[in-house]
Amino acid sequence: MAYSKELIDHYENPRNVGAMDETEADIGTGLVGAPACGDVMKLQIKVSVDGIIEDAKFKTFGCGSAIASSSLVTEWIKGKTLNEASEIKNTDIAEELALPPVKIHCSILAEDAIKAAVDDYKQKTDPHKDAAE
Amino acid sequence: MTAQTWTQNNPLYLDYQATTPTDPRVVETMTPYWTEKFGNPHSRNHHFGWEAEDAVAIARERVASIIGASSKEVIFTSGATESNNLAIKGIAKFYGDQKNHIITCVTEHKCVLETCRSLQQDGFDVTYLHVKENGLIDLDDLKAAITEKTALVSIMAVNNEIGVIQPLAEIGKICRDNKVFFHTDAAQAVGKIPLDVETMNIDLMSISAHKMYGPMGVGALFVRRRPRVRLVPLIHGGGQERGMRSGTLPTPLVVGFGMACELAEKEMGAEAERLRGFQHRLYEGLRQRIPEIFINGDKENRVPGNLNISFAYVEGEGLMMGIKDLGVSSGSACTSASLEPSYVLRALGVEEELAHTSLRLGLGRFTTEEDIDYAIERISVEVNRLRELSPLWDMAQAGVDLKSIKWAEH
Repeated sequence: MAYSKELIDHYENPRNVGAMDETEADIGTGLVGAPACGDVMKLQIKVSVDGIIEDAKFKTFGCGSAIASSSLVTEWIKGKTLNEASEIKNTDIAEELALPPVKIHCSILAEDAIKAAVDDYKQKTDPHKDAAE
Repeated sequence: MTAQTWTQNNPLYLDYQATTPTDPRVVETMTPYWTEKFGNPHSRNHHFGWEAEDAVAIARERVASIIGASSKEVIFTSGATESNNLAIKGIAKFYGDQKNHIITCVTEHKCVLETCRSLQQDGFDVTYLHVKENGLIDLDDLKAAITEKTALVSIMAVNNEIGVIQPLAEIGKICRDNKVFFHTDAAQAVGKIPLDVETMNIDLMSISAHKMYGPMGVGALFVRRRPRVRLVPLIHGGGQERGMRSGTLPTPLVVGFGMACELAEKEMGAEAERLRGFQHRLYEGLRQRIPEIFINGDKENRVPGNLNISFAYVEGEGLMMGIKDLGVSSGSACTSASLEPSYVLRALGVEEELAHTSLRLGLGRFTTEEDIDYAIERISVEVNRLRELSPLWDMAQAGVDLKSIKWAEH
């Protein structure tokens, strides 16, 4: 299977690898996937008071496509508002990295990771908001 | 000798269980049989035919010799898949009226499992023995599974993924005592470990040439003559190979197969010792540089050319992408068409998460000590890099029990 240049670049030189303190109020953490399925993504966002994602970090257990998908989304979401970040679709990720059909689930997982991190942040800042919606 | 530089387009081959390169000495013996000695070995009336027939006879002797059989008991086929089909279906069809039960095991190669499944659809009963944590069958399970309806026990000699060696002599004795035929898929065993169909009481044995430095496209089935084993053929035609496998024999392939057996028989002892040293060097080298690695399958009862290792917290396909200068294989789901992790590792009770992290490292005749050291270096650098990327590694380091987390399986 031949992978795209973009995918290999993200795999070999992953961006924004790392972890932030989950207990901090301005950090949202998303942990998606399962070890038994062969991929787990942990995506963290640091959000400014005016709702902009200032920083993003990831760690991923998975195949090259999973690592590249999560690396790519950390780049994409930085500087975006929470709503803008939530609008990123797995198809955008799959297209950018030219994922083969059997790897589409990696892009879906990356989309889920963004949503999970955003939800976690919202939950932290206004726990009643979600319940009211 | 300076160490060779391996690259993505010229990788180091460490997948000897998938196939082996044809030994140049084998190719040399084959060459004339494509061109000047091109006769049909079944042509009985002229020199061309006799010349080919003689070459086939020598090859047949050589194949028989390495397993302690008589040349009359060797049936040439297209490879081990065909041999396994012929053995199992052939026995089932011949003896099925009186005996319609077959015993095999869950870690067999797909060509054995799928053959058994197809017989189940035809009304046969099949028992799939489980294996212990070390990959070996429990002999008491085998004894308990045999009934008066059992026609055949089919247990592989050496597993293709984890390299473990089943207790063939013990299985053979149980089968003989119970008057049940014993077939073994020995594709991964012939030329790697000593085999003797007499002392091991083996009635049928499948062999593949390309797993032992012979050419692809040829193999054999040993079919015992005393006590006689009878088969219904899969392929009908001119009645070649004692009527069990019609079709013109591919003389060059058969000659190459014979030479591969001759070389293996001569060199097996020294080669096994050399590879045993490499296996040890590779495992120790990796273990010293990478914590938390686990060997899959029995540590003692395995062929020297195989190591199957789980590198916890690093997914196998992700790892392979980082070591493209090594030609290895993985038990990870992502490398299989089915997206399921290796059924062999699962059968050992290896947890799915560890099954996803396994690599099969296959060593063989052309592997050097420099190759081993190169592989240790590359794998340990890449595993340690990917662990830095792994949230599971972080959690394990922080003392989080991964089983305590409620994962969303997808």
